[in-house]
Amino acid sequence: MPHDLSHAAQQGAFHAALWSSDPPPGLSAPSPEEVALRFKVYRNNVHHSLSRALAARYPVIEQLVGAEFFAALARAFIAAVPPRDPVLLLWGAEFAPFLAAFPPVAHLPFLADVARLEYARARACHAADAQPLPAAALDTPDLGALRMVLHPSLALFRAQMPAVQIWRAHQPGGQRGPLQPGPDHALIARAPDFTVIVAPIDPGTFAVLSALQGGAPLGGAADHADPAPALTLLLRHGLITAIHKGPTP
Amino acid sequence: MPELPRSTGLGFKPEHFHAIMAKPGTLGFLEIHAENYMGAGGAPHAMLAALRRDHALSLHGVGLSIGGAQGLDLAHLDRLRALIRRYQPESFSEHLAWSSHGAAWLNDLLPLPYTGETLATICAHVAQVQDHLGCRMLLENPATYLTFETSTWSETDFLAEIVRRTGCGLLLDVNNVFVSATNHRFDPRAYLAAFPLAAVGEIHLAGHSTEELPSGALLIDTHGAPVADPVWTLYAEVLERTGPLPTLIEWDTDVPDFDTLLSEAARAQALLSTAGQAHAA
Repeated sequence: MPHDLSHAAQQGAFHAALWSSDPPPGLSAPSPEEVALRFKVYRNNVHHSLSRALAARYPVIEQLVGAEFFAALARAFIAAVPPRDPVLLLWGAEFAPFLAAFPPVAHLPFLADVARLEYARARACHAADAQPLPAAALDTPDLGALRMVLHPSLALFRAQMPAVQIWRAHQPGGQRGPLQPGPDHALIARAPDFTVIVAPIDPGTFAVLSALQGGAPLGGAADHADPAPALTLLLRHGLITAIHKGPTP
Repeated sequence: MPELPRSTGLGFKPEHFHAIMAKPGTLGFLEIHAENYMGAGGAPHAMLAALRRDHALSLHGVGLSIGGAQGLDLAHLDRLRALIRRYQPESFSEHLAWSSHGAAWLNDLLPLPYTGETLATICAHVAQVQDHLGCRMLLENPATYLTFETSTWSETDFLAEIVRRTGCGLLLDVNNVFVSATNHRFDPRAYLAAFPLAAVGEIHLAGHSTEELPSGALLIDTHGAPVADPVWTLYAEVLERTGPLPTLIEWDTDVPDFDTLLSEAARAQALLSTAGQAHAA
Protein backbone atom coordinates (compact mmCIF):
# COMPACT_ATOMS: atom_id res chain seq x y z
CA MET A 1 0.00 0.00 0.00
CA PRO A 2 1.54 3.40 -0.86
CA HIS A 3 2.12 5.58 2.18
CA ASP A 4 2.19 9.33 2.69
CA LEU A 5 5.79 10.39 2.13
CA SER A 6 5.67 13.79 3.84
CA HIS A 7 8.11 14.36 6.70
CA ALA A 8 5.26 14.80 9.17
CA ALA A 9 3.56 11.59 8.06
CA GLN A 10 6.81 9.61 8.20
CA GLN A 11 7.50 10.95 11.67
CA GLY A 12 3.99 10.11 12.80
CA ALA A 13 4.41 6.54 11.56
CA PHE A 14 7.84 6.28 13.21
CA HIS A 15 6.40 7.54 16.49
CA ALA A 16 3.44 5.17 16.37
CA ALA A 17 5.78 2.24 15.71
CA LEU A 18 7.75 3.03 18.87
CA TRP A 19 4.67 1.88 20.78
CA SER A 20 3.78 -1.15 18.62
CA SER A 21 5.56 -4.28 17.40
CA ASP A 22 6.27 -3.54 13.72
CA PRO A 23 8.61 -0.97 12.21
CA PRO A 24 7.08 1.83 10.14
CA PRO A 25 7.14 1.69 6.32
CA GLY A 26 9.77 3.51 4.31
CA LEU A 27 12.90 2.45 6.21
CA SER A 28 15.86 0.75 4.63
CA ALA A 29 19.00 -1.14 5.68
CA PRO A 30 21.77 -2.94 3.81
CA SER A 31 19.95 -6.21 4.55
CA PRO A 32 16.28 -5.24 4.27
CA GLU A 33 15.14 -8.18 6.42
CA GLU A 34 16.99 -6.57 9.36
CA VAL A 35 14.93 -3.37 9.41
CA ALA A 36 12.82 -4.65 12.32
CA LEU A 37 15.92 -5.58 14.37
CA ARG A 38 17.43 -2.17 13.75
CA PHE A 39 14.22 -0.32 14.52
CA LYS A 40 14.17 -2.14 17.84
CA VAL A 41 17.25 -0.17 18.89
CA TYR A 42 15.25 3.06 18.71
CA ARG A 43 12.28 1.52 20.47
CA ASN A 44 14.50 0.19 23.25
CA ASN A 45 16.36 3.50 23.60
CA VAL A 46 13.13 5.45 24.03
CA HIS A 47 11.61 3.03 26.53
CA HIS A 48 14.83 2.40 28.43
CA SER A 49 15.87 6.05 28.75
CA LEU A 50 12.45 7.16 29.98
CA SER A 51 12.19 4.18 32.30
CA ARG A 52 15.59 5.01 33.83
CA ALA A 53 14.61 8.67 34.18
CA LEU A 54 11.54 7.57 36.11
CA ALA A 55 13.59 5.17 38.25
CA ALA A 56 16.01 7.98 39.08
CA ARG A 57 13.06 9.99 40.41
CA TYR A 58 11.46 7.03 42.24
CA PRO A 59 14.30 4.85 43.56
CA VAL A 60 12.35 3.61 46.59
CA ILE A 61 9.36 2.60 44.46
CA GLU A 62 11.81 0.61 42.33
CA GLN A 63 13.21 -1.07 45.47
CA LEU A 64 9.72 -1.84 46.74
CA VAL A 65 8.44 -3.52 43.57
CA GLY A 66 11.75 -4.81 42.17
CA ALA A 67 13.59 -3.67 39.03
CA GLU A 68 11.79 -6.01 36.64
CA PHE A 69 8.29 -5.07 37.77
CA PHE A 70 9.31 -1.40 37.87
CA ALA A 71 10.30 -1.57 34.18
CA ALA A 72 6.83 -2.92 33.32
CA LEU A 73 5.22 -0.29 35.52
CA ALA A 74 7.29 2.42 33.84
CA ARG A 75 6.26 1.18 30.41
CA ALA A 76 2.58 1.42 31.31
CA PHE A 77 3.06 4.85 32.89
CA ILE A 78 5.08 6.25 29.96
CA ALA A 79 2.45 5.04 27.49
CA ALA A 80 -0.30 6.63 29.61
CA VAL A 81 1.46 9.86 30.59
CA PRO A 82 4.48 10.51 28.35
CA PRO A 83 6.68 13.47 29.26
CA ARG A 84 5.48 16.71 27.70
CA ASP A 85 8.71 18.62 28.05
CA PRO A 86 12.38 18.02 27.17
CA VAL A 87 13.28 19.08 30.71
CA LEU A 88 12.80 15.90 32.73
CA LEU A 89 13.87 17.39 36.08
CA LEU A 90 10.26 17.52 37.28
CA TRP A 91 8.70 14.87 35.07
CA GLY A 92 6.54 12.26 36.77
CA ALA A 93 4.18 14.25 38.99
CA GLU A 94 1.36 11.98 37.80
CA PHE A 95 3.12 8.79 38.91
CA ALA A 96 1.52 8.77 42.39
CA PRO A 97 -2.09 9.05 41.13
CA PHE A 98 -1.22 6.52 38.41
CA LEU A 99 -0.05 4.04 41.07
CA ALA A 100 -3.14 4.70 43.19
CA ALA A 101 -5.38 3.73 40.26
CA PHE A 102 -3.28 0.92 38.71
CA PRO A 103 -4.95 -2.46 39.48
CA PRO A 104 -1.74 -4.59 39.37
CA VAL A 105 -0.41 -2.72 42.46
CA ALA A 106 -3.73 -2.48 44.32
CA HIS A 107 -2.28 -4.84 46.97
CA LEU A 108 0.43 -2.25 47.77
CA PRO A 109 -1.73 0.68 48.94
CA PHE A 110 1.27 2.60 50.37
CA LEU A 111 3.04 2.97 46.98
CA ALA A 112 1.24 6.15 45.95
CA ASP A 113 2.14 7.92 49.21
CA VAL A 114 5.80 6.87 48.93
CA ALA A 115 5.79 8.15 45.32
CA ARG A 116 4.38 11.49 46.49
CA LEU A 117 7.24 11.74 48.98
CA GLU A 118 9.85 10.97 46.33
CA TYR A 119 8.33 13.56 44.01
CA ALA A 120 8.34 16.16 46.79
CA ARG A 121 12.07 15.49 47.18
CA ALA A 122 12.64 16.17 43.45
CA ARG A 123 10.75 19.44 43.73
CA ALA A 124 12.84 20.46 46.73
CA CYS A 125 16.01 19.54 44.86
CA HIS A 126 15.30 21.96 42.00
CA ALA A 127 13.34 24.69 43.81
CA ALA A 128 14.54 28.29 43.64
CA ASP A 129 17.49 29.42 45.75
CA ALA A 130 17.18 31.72 48.78
CA GLN A 131 19.70 32.81 51.39
CA PRO A 132 18.98 31.63 54.95
CA LEU A 133 18.84 34.18 57.74
CA PRO A 134 21.36 33.73 60.54
CA ALA A 135 19.83 32.40 63.76
CA ALA A 136 20.71 35.69 65.49
CA ALA A 137 18.07 37.42 63.38
CA LEU A 138 15.44 35.77 65.57
CA ASP A 139 16.99 37.31 68.67
CA THR A 140 14.29 39.93 69.00
CA PRO A 141 11.76 41.04 71.60
CA ASP A 142 8.16 40.26 70.86
CA LEU A 143 8.94 36.96 69.14
CA GLY A 144 5.23 36.17 69.04
CA ALA A 145 4.56 38.87 66.41
CA LEU A 146 7.25 37.54 64.09
CA ARG A 147 6.22 36.24 60.67
CA MET A 148 8.61 34.24 58.53
CA VAL A 149 9.30 33.61 54.87
CA LEU A 150 10.34 29.97 54.59
CA HIS A 151 12.70 28.56 51.98
CA PRO A 152 11.10 27.95 48.53
CA SER A 153 12.11 24.28 48.70
CA LEU A 154 10.17 23.64 51.93
CA ALA A 155 7.23 21.27 51.61
CA LEU A 156 5.09 19.80 54.38
CA PHE A 157 4.26 16.20 53.67
CA ARG A 158 1.38 14.20 55.16
CA ALA A 159 0.33 10.67 54.19
CA GLN A 160 -2.36 8.37 55.51
CA MET A 161 0.01 5.42 55.00
CA PRO A 162 3.33 5.16 56.93
CA ALA A 163 5.14 6.45 53.83
CA VAL A 164 7.85 8.38 55.71
CA GLN A 165 8.78 5.30 57.75
CA ILE A 166 8.84 3.12 54.63
CA TRP A 167 10.94 5.64 52.73
CA ARG A 168 13.45 5.95 55.58
CA ALA A 169 13.71 2.18 55.94
CA HIS A 170 14.78 2.00 52.29
CA GLN A 171 17.62 4.51 52.56
CA PRO A 172 21.23 3.27 52.78
CA GLY A 173 21.67 2.04 56.36
CA GLY A 174 17.95 2.46 57.05
CA GLN A 175 16.48 0.44 59.92
CA ARG A 176 13.67 -1.92 58.97
CA GLY A 177 11.79 -2.22 62.24
CA PRO A 178 8.06 -2.68 62.76
CA LEU A 179 6.01 0.14 61.22
CA GLN A 180 3.76 2.36 63.29
CA PRO A 181 0.37 2.96 61.69
CA GLY A 182 0.03 6.24 59.76
CA PRO A 183 -0.62 9.02 59.22
CA ASP A 184 3.02 10.06 58.75
CA HIS A 185 4.22 13.66 58.63
CA ALA A 186 7.51 15.10 57.41
CA LEU A 187 9.24 18.32 56.56
CA ILE A 188 10.94 18.04 53.14
CA ALA A 189 13.38 20.75 52.12
CA ARG A 190 16.79 21.48 50.66
CA ALA A 191 19.46 22.40 53.18
CA PRO A 192 22.19 24.97 52.36
CA ASP A 193 24.60 22.13 51.49
CA PHE A 194 22.00 20.99 48.86
CA THR A 195 21.10 17.83 50.76
CA VAL A 196 17.37 17.20 50.52
CA ILE A 197 16.17 16.40 54.01
CA VAL A 198 13.14 14.32 54.96
CA ALA A 199 12.61 15.07 58.65
CA PRO A 200 9.78 13.12 60.34
CA ILE A 201 7.65 15.44 62.48
CA ASP A 202 4.70 14.97 64.81
CA PRO A 203 1.22 16.25 63.88
CA GLY A 204 1.57 19.26 66.21
CA THR A 205 4.82 20.40 64.59
CA PHE A 206 3.22 19.85 61.18
CA ALA A 207 0.41 22.22 62.25
CA VAL A 208 2.86 24.83 63.55
CA LEU A 209 4.89 24.72 60.32
CA SER A 210 1.75 24.88 58.18
CA ALA A 211 0.66 28.00 60.03
CA LEU A 212 4.09 29.62 59.66
CA GLN A 213 4.26 28.76 55.98
CA GLY A 214 0.80 30.26 55.58
CA GLY A 215 2.07 33.56 57.02
CA ALA A 216 0.79 33.29 60.60
CA PRO A 217 2.86 35.03 63.30
CA LEU A 218 4.84 32.75 65.57
CA GLY A 219 2.48 33.50 68.45
CA GLY A 220 -0.48 32.34 66.39
CA ALA A 221 1.32 29.25 65.11
CA ALA A 222 2.13 28.34 68.71
CA ASP A 223 -1.60 27.93 69.38
CA HIS A 224 -1.35 24.53 67.59
CA ALA A 225 1.54 23.06 69.62
CA ASP A 226 4.89 23.86 71.18
CA PRO A 227 6.77 25.71 68.38
CA ALA A 228 10.22 24.76 69.66
CA PRO A 229 10.70 21.60 67.52
CA ALA A 230 9.56 23.48 64.41
CA LEU A 231 11.93 26.40 65.07
CA THR A 232 14.80 24.04 65.78
CA LEU A 233 14.31 22.29 62.44
CA LEU A 234 13.98 25.55 60.51
CA LEU A 235 17.11 27.02 62.05
CA ARG A 236 19.20 23.87 61.85
CA HIS A 237 18.56 23.54 58.11
CA GLY A 238 18.67 27.22 57.18
CA LEU A 239 15.02 27.35 56.10
CA ILE A 240 14.05 30.85 57.30
CA THR A 241 14.90 33.33 54.55
CA ALA A 242 13.20 36.51 55.81
CA ILE A 243 11.27 37.80 58.82
CA HIS A 244 8.92 40.68 59.33
CA LYS A 245 6.52 41.97 61.94
CA GLY A 246 3.04 43.27 61.63
CA PRO A 247 0.24 42.00 59.42
CA THR A 248 0.96 39.93 56.33
CA PRO A 249 1.74 42.34 53.47
CA MET B 1 30.37 34.26 21.30
CA PRO B 2 34.07 33.74 22.05
CA GLU B 3 35.41 30.37 20.89
CA LEU B 4 36.08 27.19 22.81
CA PRO B 5 39.80 26.54 23.28
CA ARG B 6 41.29 24.09 20.80
CA SER B 7 41.99 21.58 23.52
CA THR B 8 40.24 18.73 25.32
CA GLY B 9 37.04 18.96 27.33
CA LEU B 10 34.87 16.59 29.32
CA GLY B 11 31.14 16.24 29.72
CA PHE B 12 30.49 17.43 33.28
CA LYS B 13 29.10 14.87 35.73
CA PRO B 14 28.09 16.08 39.22
CA GLU B 15 29.98 13.21 40.88
CA HIS B 16 33.23 14.69 39.50
CA PHE B 17 32.60 18.22 40.77
CA HIS B 18 35.13 18.11 43.61
CA ALA B 19 37.80 16.42 41.47
CA ILE B 20 37.45 19.14 38.81
CA MET B 21 37.42 21.98 41.35
CA ALA B 22 40.55 20.55 43.00
CA LYS B 23 42.56 20.87 39.76
CA PRO B 24 41.51 23.98 37.85
CA GLY B 25 43.27 24.28 34.51
CA THR B 26 43.39 20.53 33.86
CA LEU B 27 40.58 20.64 31.31
CA GLY B 28 40.26 22.89 28.28
CA PHE B 29 36.50 23.16 28.70
CA LEU B 30 33.42 21.52 30.15
CA GLU B 31 30.27 20.56 28.30
CA ILE B 32 26.82 20.29 29.87
CA HIS B 33 23.46 19.13 28.63
CA ALA B 34 21.39 22.30 28.70
CA GLU B 35 18.21 20.56 29.85
CA ASN B 36 19.83 19.45 33.13
CA TYR B 37 20.25 23.11 34.11
CA MET B 38 16.72 24.31 33.56
CA GLY B 39 15.52 23.88 37.13
CA ALA B 40 14.90 27.02 39.21
CA GLY B 41 17.83 26.52 41.59
CA GLY B 42 19.71 24.03 43.71
CA ALA B 43 22.95 22.10 43.26
CA PRO B 44 23.12 22.07 39.42
CA HIS B 45 23.25 25.86 39.22
CA ALA B 46 25.56 26.20 42.21
CA MET B 47 28.05 23.74 40.72
CA LEU B 48 27.86 25.27 37.27
CA ALA B 49 28.40 28.79 38.60
CA ALA B 50 31.46 27.60 40.52
CA LEU B 51 32.90 25.67 37.55
CA ARG B 52 32.24 28.53 35.14
CA ARG B 53 34.73 30.76 36.95
CA ASP B 54 37.66 28.61 35.80
CA HIS B 55 36.39 26.80 32.71
CA ALA B 56 35.27 27.51 29.20
CA LEU B 57 31.76 26.12 28.69
CA SER B 58 30.03 24.31 25.87
CA LEU B 59 26.25 24.22 26.11
CA HIS B 60 24.97 21.11 24.37
CA GLY B 61 21.23 20.85 23.86
CA VAL B 62 19.32 17.60 23.51
CA GLY B 63 15.81 19.05 23.62
CA LEU B 64 15.13 21.23 20.57
CA SER B 65 14.07 18.49 18.15
CA ILE B 66 15.50 20.53 15.26
CA GLY B 67 14.89 17.67 12.83
CA GLY B 68 11.20 17.50 13.72
CA ALA B 69 8.45 18.26 11.22
CA GLN B 70 6.65 20.37 13.81
CA GLY B 71 7.61 23.89 14.84
CA LEU B 72 10.21 24.49 17.54
CA ASP B 73 9.13 24.73 21.18
CA LEU B 74 9.32 28.49 21.81
CA ALA B 75 9.22 28.12 25.59
CA HIS B 76 12.23 25.84 25.33
CA LEU B 77 14.05 28.35 23.13
CA ASP B 78 13.37 31.00 25.79
CA ARG B 79 14.84 28.75 28.46
CA LEU B 80 17.95 28.21 26.33
CA ARG B 81 18.32 31.93 25.83
CA ALA B 82 18.06 32.51 29.58
CA LEU B 83 20.73 29.87 30.22
CA ILE B 84 23.03 31.45 27.61
CA ARG B 85 22.58 34.89 29.14
CA ARG B 86 23.27 33.55 32.61
CA TYR B 87 26.36 31.44 31.88
CA GLN B 88 27.72 33.01 28.65
CA PRO B 89 28.94 29.74 27.12
CA GLU B 90 31.62 29.73 24.41
CA SER B 91 29.51 27.41 22.26
CA PHE B 92 25.97 26.16 21.76
CA SER B 93 25.30 22.95 19.86
CA GLU B 94 22.34 20.70 19.03
CA HIS B 95 21.57 17.62 16.96
CA LEU B 96 20.44 16.70 13.47
CA ALA B 97 17.61 14.60 14.92
CA TRP B 98 14.08 14.79 16.28
CA SER B 99 12.84 13.95 19.78
CA SER B 100 9.28 15.23 20.13
CA HIS B 101 6.09 14.21 18.46
CA GLY B 102 2.93 16.16 19.12
CA ALA B 103 3.14 16.97 22.80
CA ALA B 104 5.16 13.85 23.69
CA TRP B 105 8.86 14.05 24.50
CA LEU B 106 10.72 10.85 23.54
CA ASN B 107 14.13 11.47 25.16
CA ASP B 108 16.09 9.99 22.25
CA LEU B 109 17.72 11.32 19.09
CA LEU B 110 15.62 9.90 16.26
CA PRO B 111 16.58 9.83 12.56
CA LEU B 112 15.08 11.69 9.61
CA PRO B 113 15.09 11.40 5.83
CA TYR B 114 17.35 13.77 3.90
CA THR B 115 15.03 15.37 1.34
CA GLY B 116 14.32 18.79 -0.07
CA GLU B 117 11.43 19.07 2.37
CA THR B 118 13.43 18.18 5.49
CA LEU B 119 16.30 20.40 4.35
CA ALA B 120 13.96 23.39 4.16
CA THR B 121 12.43 22.59 7.57
CA ILE B 122 15.78 22.18 9.30
CA CYS B 123 17.28 25.29 7.74
CA ALA B 124 14.27 27.27 8.96
CA HIS B 125 14.69 25.78 12.44
CA VAL B 126 18.43 26.44 12.59
CA ALA B 127 17.90 30.02 11.44
CA GLN B 128 15.18 30.47 14.06
CA VAL B 129 17.45 29.08 16.81
CA GLN B 130 20.36 31.35 15.83
CA ASP B 131 18.05 34.33 15.62
CA HIS B 132 16.39 33.62 18.97
CA LEU B 133 19.60 32.84 20.84
CA GLY B 134 21.62 35.57 19.16
CA CYS B 135 24.55 33.30 18.35
CA ARG B 136 25.83 30.84 15.77
CA MET B 137 25.04 27.25 16.64
CA LEU B 138 26.81 23.99 15.84
CA LEU B 139 24.77 21.10 14.43
CA GLU B 140 25.92 17.55 15.22
CA ASN B 141 25.96 14.65 12.74
CA PRO B 142 23.91 11.70 14.07
CA ALA B 143 24.65 8.03 14.71
CA THR B 144 21.92 6.06 12.93
CA TYR B 145 20.73 2.46 12.68
CA LEU B 146 18.39 2.84 9.68
CA THR B 147 18.07 4.98 6.59
CA PHE B 148 15.00 6.23 4.71
CA GLU B 149 13.87 5.17 1.26
CA THR B 150 12.83 8.77 0.58
CA SER B 151 16.29 10.28 1.19
CA THR B 152 17.65 12.04 -1.88
CA TRP B 153 20.66 13.72 -0.23
CA SER B 154 23.77 12.19 1.27
CA GLU B 155 24.22 13.14 4.91
CA THR B 156 27.42 15.08 4.18
CA ASP B 157 25.85 17.08 1.33
CA PHE B 158 22.79 17.69 3.51
CA LEU B 159 24.94 19.08 6.34
CA ALA B 160 27.02 21.16 3.92
CA GLU B 161 23.86 22.68 2.46
CA ILE B 162 22.51 23.53 5.94
CA VAL B 163 25.81 25.29 6.67
CA ARG B 164 25.65 27.15 3.36
CA ARG B 165 22.06 28.29 3.86
CA THR B 166 22.14 29.17 7.56
CA GLY B 167 25.76 29.99 8.37
CA CYS B 168 25.71 27.54 11.27
CA GLY B 169 28.75 25.50 12.23
CA LEU B 170 29.03 21.76 12.71
CA LEU B 171 29.86 19.50 15.58
CA LEU B 172 31.66 16.50 14.12
CA ASP B 173 31.06 13.39 16.22
CA VAL B 174 33.73 11.00 14.94
CA ASN B 175 32.24 8.06 16.84
CA ASN B 176 28.89 8.74 15.17
CA VAL B 177 30.62 8.65 11.78
CA PHE B 178 32.18 5.28 12.61
CA VAL B 179 28.93 3.89 14.05
CA SER B 180 26.87 4.97 11.01
CA ALA B 181 29.53 3.80 8.53
CA THR B 182 29.68 0.38 10.14
CA ASN B 183 25.90 0.13 10.40
CA HIS B 184 25.23 1.22 6.82
CA ARG B 185 28.34 -0.52 5.41
CA PHE B 186 30.00 2.57 3.94
CA ASP B 187 33.58 3.81 4.22
CA PRO B 188 33.99 6.34 7.06
CA ARG B 189 36.97 7.87 5.24
CA ALA B 190 34.84 8.60 2.19
CA TYR B 191 32.27 10.22 4.50
CA LEU B 192 34.95 12.35 6.17
CA ALA B 193 36.44 13.27 2.79
CA ALA B 194 33.02 14.68 1.85
CA PHE B 195 32.36 16.30 5.23
CA PRO B 196 32.51 20.12 5.26
CA LEU B 197 35.37 20.21 7.76
CA ALA B 198 35.88 23.97 7.45
CA ALA B 199 32.61 24.44 9.35
CA VAL B 200 33.55 22.20 12.28
CA GLY B 201 33.71 24.07 15.59
CA GLU B 202 33.96 21.08 17.90
CA ILE B 203 34.64 17.34 17.81
CA HIS B 204 32.96 14.68 19.94
CA LEU B 205 34.59 11.35 20.78
CA ALA B 206 32.66 8.61 22.56
CA GLY B 207 32.42 4.86 22.99
CA HIS B 208 29.92 2.47 21.48
CA SER B 209 28.75 -1.10 21.95
CA THR B 210 28.39 -3.86 19.38
CA GLU B 211 25.50 -6.18 18.55
CA GLU B 212 25.79 -8.93 15.97
CA LEU B 213 23.13 -9.05 13.26
CA PRO B 214 23.00 -11.88 10.69
CA SER B 215 24.55 -9.50 8.13
CA GLY B 216 27.31 -8.28 10.46
CA ALA B 217 27.92 -5.79 13.26
CA LEU B 218 25.41 -3.20 14.41
CA LEU B 219 27.11 -0.56 16.55
CA ILE B 220 25.09 1.27 19.21
CA ASP B 221 26.08 4.79 20.21
CA THR B 222 26.01 4.27 23.99
CA HIS B 223 28.43 6.93 25.32
CA GLY B 224 29.22 4.22 27.86
CA ALA B 225 32.69 2.91 26.95
CA PRO B 226 36.22 4.07 26.07
CA VAL B 227 36.69 5.56 22.61
CA ALA B 228 37.38 2.67 20.20
CA ASP B 229 40.74 2.41 18.42
CA PRO B 230 39.35 2.92 14.87
CA VAL B 231 37.68 6.12 16.11
CA TRP B 232 40.99 7.39 17.49
CA THR B 233 42.59 6.71 14.10
CA LEU B 234 39.84 8.57 12.23
CA TYR B 235 40.12 11.44 14.71
CA ALA B 236 43.88 11.74 14.11
CA GLU B 237 43.25 11.76 10.35
CA VAL B 238 40.68 14.53 10.71
CA LEU B 239 43.12 16.62 12.78
CA GLU B 240 45.77 16.22 10.09
CA ARG B 241 43.42 18.11 7.78
CA THR B 242 41.91 20.61 10.22
CA GLY B 243 44.60 21.26 12.81
CA PRO B 244 43.59 21.27 16.49
CA LEU B 245 39.87 21.61 17.27
CA PRO B 246 38.00 21.71 20.60
CA THR B 247 37.49 18.03 21.41
CA LEU B 248 35.09 16.50 23.90
CA ILE B 249 35.26 13.09 25.53
CA GLU B 250 31.59 12.14 25.89
CA TRP B 251 30.81 9.46 28.48
CA ASP B 252 27.23 9.61 29.78
CA THR B 253 26.26 6.09 30.88
CA ASP B 254 28.18 3.78 33.24
CA VAL B 255 30.30 6.83 34.00
CA PRO B 256 33.78 5.74 35.14
CA ASP B 257 35.98 7.36 37.79
CA PHE B 258 37.48 10.72 37.00
CA ASP B 259 40.99 9.36 36.35
CA THR B 260 39.68 7.13 33.55
CA LEU B 261 38.09 10.17 31.91
CA LEU B 262 41.31 12.13 32.36
CA SER B 263 43.33 9.42 30.62
CA GLU B 264 40.90 9.48 27.67
CA ALA B 265 41.23 13.26 27.61
CA ALA B 266 45.04 12.98 27.74
CA ARG B 267 44.99 10.67 24.72
CA ALA B 268 42.99 13.25 22.77
CA GLN B 269 45.26 16.04 24.00
CA ALA B 270 48.34 14.20 22.72
CA LEU B 271 46.80 13.96 19.25
CA LEU B 272 45.83 17.64 19.40
CA SER B 273 49.42 18.58 20.26
CA THR B 274 50.77 16.51 17.38
CA ALA B 275 48.31 18.15 15.02
CA GLY B 276 49.25 21.59 16.38
CA GLN B 277 52.96 20.97 15.72
CA ALA B 278 52.28 19.65 12.23
CA HIS B 279 50.15 22.67 11.37
CA ALA B 280 52.67 25.11 12.82
CA ALA B 281 55.46 23.52 10.74
